Amino acid sequence: MRRHHDMGGLPAGPVERTEHEHAPWEKKVDAILRLLVAEKVMTLDELRRGIEELGPGAYDELSYFERWIRSIANILLEKGVITVHELATAIEAARARRAAAEACPKTVPAP
Amino acid sequence: MSHDPDHDHQGLDHEDHDHPPGQRHPFQPDLEDGPYTWHMALTDAIEQLLLAKGILRPEQIRRTLEDIDSKSPALGARLVARAWVDPAFKARLLADVNAAAAELGIDAGPIPIRAVECRPGEHHVVVCTLCSCYPRLLLGAAPDWYKARAYRSRVVREPRAVLAEFGLELGPEVAVVVHDSTAELRFMVLPERPAGTEGWDEERLAALVTRDCLIGVARPTVPSA
Repeated sequence: MRRHHDMGGLPAGPVERTEHEHAPWEKKVDAILRLLVAEKVMTLDELRRGIEELGPGAYDELSYFERWIRSIANILLEKGVITVHELATAIEAARARRAAAEACPKTVPAP
Repeated sequence: MSHDPDHDHQGLDHEDHDHPPGQRHPFQPDLEDGPYTWHMALTDAIEQLLLAKGILRPEQIRRTLEDIDSKSPALGARLVARAWVDPAFKARLLADVNAAAAELGIDAGPIPIRAVECRPGEHHVVVCTLCSCYPRLLLGAAPDWYKARAYRSRVVREPRAVLAEFGLELGPEVAVVVHDSTAELRFMVLPERPAGTEGWDEERLAALVTRDCLIGVARPTVPSA
């Protein structure tokens, strides 16, 4: 049976040719993945398997690098490299850092 | 103007919070990028955990980000231009892209890349139907449409219609060959050298070869004088 990512030959709409420059966070996802592969923490095949396991809904609704970072997170959890508790704590810490940074004045006078 | 991460914290208080003496912001938000999404937080969280555990080092991440930014279709275009002017190089490129790239000091990585040659009456185009495999070390980041459903689904079944959407109308006398990339084998298109470029040097030729030419959804064209 055909799985949802195996879409070659299926009908689909016109090719949407708008493009976007990768945002800094998307490049960071890319860099993390490359380094995890280089350090043999995970493989590209595992990344792809993790993306496919997100299921048809997530596959179509999430953006490309959203699928990547979810897959990376799941593979790292599966391998025991990180724990659910560590991840939850780190996400809260990331949000708190962001909130603190946003509270800074956005511009400062020239010295 | 965005918040300058290098500003001096000695003389300018941040009113509602402090940084340790001599320290800059540990983190540089791109405030213009819009809201901080859950996936951005997930990305930062994973980065911080990998750093804290010593699995990755900050300078590795910085170097990798620089490396990502350094790749562009100009690298693939250099290979094409050299192949157009040097038949022996072209033969080596068709035999082994990764080795031929190394001759020009270009690192095409360990995953094999095959060059597919367009000829009169034969056009080639590349896709990855299952995911998004792409020779990014020679072409830079893949365009959004390459990774999206419409292109992946349709180009293998109705390549002429898809190419026409890109403005490339091919007559029935031209055969279209579609190559489906995998994690183990990727493709780049070696386009036909356009007429009217006799005597051009490599640099001028390379400027004709766009990313889309290297994917096969466009052909190099000579700008009209």
